[in-house]
Amino acid sequence: MSLVNFTTREITCKIVYYGPGRSGKTTNLQYVYSQVPSDRKGQMVSLATQTDRTLFFDFLPLDLGTISGFTTKFQLYTVPGQVYYNATRKLVLQGADGVVFVADSQLRQLDENMESLQNLHANILEHGLDIRTMPLVIQFNKQDLPPELILTPPELDDALNFRGLQTFPADALHGAGVFETLKGIAAGVLRKLSEGGGGVRRL
Amino acid sequence: MDLNPRFRFETFVVGAGNQTAAAAARSVAESPGTTYNPLCIYGKSGLGKTHLLQAIGFLALERQPSLRTEYLTLEEFVERYNASVAAGQLDAFRRSAQETDLLLLDDVQFLAEHLEMQAELLRLSEAMQAVGRQVVLASDRPPGEIGELDERLVTRLSGGLLVDVAAPDFETRLAILRRKAEERGTLLPPAVLKTVAGIGSANVRELIGMINRLIAYQGVSDGPITPESARMLLTGEPPEKEPVVVVAPPAAPGGPDEFSSFLSAVSTTVAQTVEAWRSRVGEAVLRWQGEGYRTHRLEQLLMGDDIPDVASELGRFGAEVDELKRLAEEVAAFDAAAAGHACFRDPDALEEARAYAERVKEGVTPPPPPSRGLDFAGYVEGAGNEGAVRAAQAVCADPGRRFNPFFIAGPSGTGKTHLLHAVGNALLAARPGGTVACLSAQVYMDELVAALDAGRIEWWRRRYRRADVLLLDDIQLLAGRERTQEELFNLFNAFTDEGRQLGFTADRTPGQLAGIAPRLTTRFEAGLVVELTAPDRPMRAEMVRRLLVARGVGAEEDVVQYIAARPADSARAVQGLVNRALSRMDPASESLTVETARLAVEGRPPRPSQAQAISATVPAGLDAALGSREKVVWDWPNVGDRLVEELR
Repeated sequence: MSLVNFTTREITCKIVYYGPGRSGKTTNLQYVYSQVPSDRKGQMVSLATQTDRTLFFDFLPLDLGTISGFTTKFQLYTVPGQVYYNATRKLVLQGADGVVFVADSQLRQLDENMESLQNLHANILEHGLDIRTMPLVIQFNKQDLPPELILTPPELDDALNFRGLQTFPADALHGAGVFETLKGIAAGVLRKLSEGGGGVRRL
Repeated sequence: MDLNPRFRFETFVVGAGNQTAAAAARSVAESPGTTYNPLCIYGKSGLGKTHLLQAIGFLALERQPSLRTEYLTLEEFVERYNASVAAGQLDAFRRSAQETDLLLLDDVQFLAEHLEMQAELLRLSEAMQAVGRQVVLASDRPPGEIGELDERLVTRLSGGLLVDVAAPDFETRLAILRRKAEERGTLLPPAVLKTVAGIGSANVRELIGMINRLIAYQGVSDGPITPESARMLLTGEPPEKEPVVVVAPPAAPGGPDEFSSFLSAVSTTVAQTVEAWRSRVGEAVLRWQGEGYRTHRLEQLLMGDDIPDVASELGRFGAEVDELKRLAEEVAAFDAAAAGHACFRDPDALEEARAYAERVKEGVTPPPPPSRGLDFAGYVEGAGNEGAVRAAQAVCADPGRRFNPFFIAGPSGTGKTHLLHAVGNALLAARPGGTVACLSAQVYMDELVAALDAGRIEWWRRRYRRADVLLLDDIQLLAGRERTQEELFNLFNAFTDEGRQLGFTADRTPGQLAGIAPRLTTRFEAGLVVELTAPDRPMRAEMVRRLLVARGVGAEEDVVQYIAARPADSARAVQGLVNRALSRMDPASESLTVETARLAVEGRPPRPSQAQAISATVPAGLDAALGSREKVVWDWPNVGDRLVEELR
């Protein structure tokens, strides 16, 4: 649940990484975690199966310290990508302030990407939110794979980005584009908060 | 000085930096003298102050072509002043300046160099504001920062509305450039305009200069102008490199700085956006205040700690203002004065405004009440009006029954209007919830004409029929106005049938009124007709005493008697004498002397020996012989002076 509390001067934002199974959502969080200085590191919670597939969700609290007089905290979540965990996805999505859609750039994964994107729309709608006003960015992950296996960012843009969202090519495994994506969604969420209204809980 | 036709509101580009000033200027132009007076616009050179000033002049003249409008720079104002002083026509200059309905004065910051002009401008702005004439000033800094400016002038200039014009932001610069290029009939590519806007000049004149250079360049170069060549031409710098779009596969990052860089990006965004709602609400407050609306609710939001739903709060406020505007327009169609009610300027009073508008539409708004200042306490009694005052008090004690109608006749200036309003006020005080209509016959007639014109005669009739008391002043003005007389006749009957009090005044008795239908005059005579005569000397003395006390001036009894002894056939004439005496009084002294009064009234220094000599010629014992002090002139001036007095 995001909030800007002027009395206690706190900003808290919830960002959810969404996307098809094995697209690299947890990898994104792991990379962010690896870059956080040790004095700011919270505990990353990951509930994974034995085959390293996210069973429930990942949770990474990021304490950014005091910014412009506000104690600023980001909470990063991932959802399980597999189709049959929709109830969990809905639960995690509740109260999200922004969503990063992590798309798998591989050609053979295009249908999964589209299906997951539709699932995201449906779930947001079920929470009574408007996808057009929800801060959302798309990451084209795995751009480091051989060109013959993947689609280029313009091709992926054509296929997935019909709303003209901000997109980021990335290689989450090695960290390329991970922070750019995070910066992009953070800016969107903070801008939305400043406009007041939608998604902002008043204290 | 003539207005430049290029400087109109239509050609003024409104942006975040100048929208308050533009809104205030427009409001002043639409109704000069009523909203912000004086309006003082300040801002750095080249930001559009002169444009706004002249736009006010144009719009005001478009709306009211008869308006006397004057646009002057301070230098021109000073020149005119100096020329008039040199020609010995300072009074003519002042009169002409004071009769200007809308004075637009530019470059007021140069006042610092003209100390004598500060006093003149202070006097002029006081005089103009007192009669509802509009003053608009422009300066390159706020009045408080103009060096050596008289404190009183600073207070006066800041007393109306002080608005600043800030440098245009990028979007405004772009809009200005586009408009200027269009005005010059030149098409410049959007990318070029963006580049020029991005160069970041804060001054509109510089922007226009840039456009001129580009147009000149385009005229002599072969190919079309490009953003790069525009930048090169205007700044002498090579074009900025376009940011390179990162294309996959991205290079692997690394290094410990990634988190810091993220942190600094978030810091920037928080600083820019999280508190930004306050500036949005603040801008809205300024804008609505600029249009003359109360913004209490929005100000409360600013004081709070929570982020409000800014968009919907502002939307709701705007919608309520729109409704207030609509209600005020509807009301204005019925009663223009009622549309000025304060509730139409306060969205928090929307319910009240709705109810008020409903009442106006049903004709429930009361007709004009009596003037508060005119009551029995302030009315000077004497031999000429004693009977009338007793009768008026009897009317107030038993309204509608004893003397109905009550008719006051008497020449101009004998206090008929005062007595009529005093009756009105006494009746209103006796019945606080009641409606007392007290107005001149001229206003009554004008309202009827307006109602006929707007096709709402029934509404107008209902308005008067609801009143408990009707008091009409100067009924002789209805002579020959048959339609108004017919309406009054019907109203008269309705009032007398229901035992409601009527009161009238005229400059002669009902029987002598020409042009008024006999069915009315006979009805007037059926009530009580009292006559007022010119004030006698003791009454005049009492009036003089009260007038002097009201002005806070002390005077010996001999001064009072001296003024009271002057020939004056009405209360107004007595007031005129007192005013003349006071005009000659030394501002430093606190009391009026006979010499000063005599100098002012007779226009000559006292000549005691001669006056005494002539007085001495009045035979002793004449007083007793004539039996009335009124008939005897005690202080004969010599005949020559007396003639001058009469001629004057």
